[in-house]
Amino acid sequence: MQVPAPFEYERATSVEHAIALRERLGEEARFVAGGHSLLPMMKLRLANPEYLIDINDLSELFYISEDANEVRIGAMTRHRDLLDSELLAQHFPIFRDAEKVIADPVVRNRGTLGGSLCQADPSEDLSAVCAALDAACVIKSTSGERVVSMADFHVGPYETAVGDAEMLTEIRIPLRPNSGSAYEKVERRAGDWAIVSSGAAVWMDGDVIANGRVGLAAVGPNTTSIETVSAALSGAAPSEELYQTVGDIAAANCSPQTDQRGTAAYKRHLAMELTRRSLRRAVARATGQEA
Amino acid sequence: MQVNMTVNGQEVSEEIEPRHLLVHFIRDQLGLTGTHWGCDTSNCGTCVVLIDGEPVKSCSTLAAMAGGHQITTVEGLEVDGELDPVQEGFMNCHGLQCGFCTPGMMLTARALLNKNPDPSEAVIREAISGQICRCTGYSTIVRSIHWAANKETKVSLGSAS
Ligand SMILES: Cc1cc2nc3c(=O)[nH]c(=O)nc-3n(C[C@H](O)[C@H](O)[C@H](O)COP(=O)(O)OP(=O)(O)OC[C@H]3O[C@@H](n4cnc5c(N)ncnc54)[C@H](O)[C@@H]3O)c2cc1C
Ligand code: FES
Ligand code: FES
Repeated sequence: MQVPAPFEYERATSVEHAIALRERLGEEARFVAGGHSLLPMMKLRLANPEYLIDINDLSELFYISEDANEVRIGAMTRHRDLLDSELLAQHFPIFRDAEKVIADPVVRNRGTLGGSLCQADPSEDLSAVCAALDAACVIKSTSGERVVSMADFHVGPYETAVGDAEMLTEIRIPLRPNSGSAYEKVERRAGDWAIVSSGAAVWMDGDVIANGRVGLAAVGPNTTSIETVSAALSGAAPSEELYQTVGDIAAANCSPQTDQRGTAAYKRHLAMELTRRSLRRAVARATGQEA
Repeated sequence: MQVNMTVNGQEVSEEIEPRHLLVHFIRDQLGLTGTHWGCDTSNCGTCVVLIDGEPVKSCSTLAAMAGGHQITTVEGLEVDGELDPVQEGFMNCHGLQCGFCTPGMMLTARALLNKNPDPSEAVIREAISGQICRCTGYSTIVRSIHWAANKETKVSLGSAS
């Protein structure tokens, strides 16, 4: 029987309360959101916090809203709500593509957007989704809030820009006209983590791609956004050759490891092929050829 | 610490250690051993209980986190000696062999039918896709859930006319 090591438990009653607790308790404290990454790690004693601050009562962090320029998502929004959201499906179909294949429906009832991004597991899907969409993360502390890009948020495997006395509260995604996005994942069986995933987002200027982004999951560190992809997409006309070029860039810029999910060579092939597919579909959606 | 919650409609107030997982709290402290405990890694779904009506894996949830919420375990499906249609479906369509996965399967089925009274086979299969049955090959489980859906839609049609 796996049981976490002893800790003290406290329920936060507001974002301010949660942050104040975090500031007082320091690095020995952790927030618990869905708990579906943290508790398994604590059971294996891979994480041993002395204090857990439960943020599930913070109703002010559960929302998906929209204004003229961006969509804002509260950090406690659960996978299930990201999957069901018509607002997200309409503006950013990449979310529904990804959420359909993240874990299973029961895990999706608990796991949250904030927990996924803060866990920063290299195989986790939503970092690639948010990076492809050029999202920004709102991080709060007692001294105020700062907004960081996904590139700055995602520092490395299991490492983010969120400090000991800080909390991720919101994700902001810019709304761009004539945009499209898509996610492609290959897994061993339903509900499993990715062997490889690729997400793409583009926005069009007439017949050419104004700009776009590609993010990968499960192929090593620092692949949530492949910087050189944007340069190749900017100003280019959509074509099969372009998708191949970008697929090749993605494959060249990742560092997959051979493990029980597949060989490094197979994963590199998937990074190329899934990037071709996600980009092709993102363009089809941006140009109204596909829903 | 003290934790208060409603389990199958009854208020419970218990002294727990914060690190106590919900599955062990339900089985060992409340003695409700209908909830099973298998993989311990949130993969198999035999430990599923409903929290405020939503299926959740109780091996990855702290009992403390369930405080203030409504918990339903498999023991709560039967009301006043009358089986839930989902339980009847599992009996009639041989939805179980060893019965290990059954409590989790039935609770997920109950939550599904509460939301979607007439689910297609694909929707049923998706709903139970986070749960593993070592015995049945799933076909009879899917049939059992269909049976329950049919019974419930017939009953509600009957009462409407
Ligand atoms: C069986 C299984 C399969 C899975 N498959 C996939 C998959 O295919 N793809 C995928 O992407 N994920 C998968 N997951 C992970 C799942 O999505 C997790 O729920 C998610 O990664 C973490 O979310 P959580 O809310 O449970 O976070 P928690 O476990 O509660 O927290 C994770 C970390 O983030 C910190 N944290 C949480 N919220 C905040 C905040 N607001 N501010 C600062 N820090 C915070 C916590 O302190 C902790 O360190 C799977 C999980 C399971 C159990
Ligand atoms: S025991 Fe909880 S999912 Fe297997
Ligand atoms: S009936 Fe044996 S595990 Fe499902």
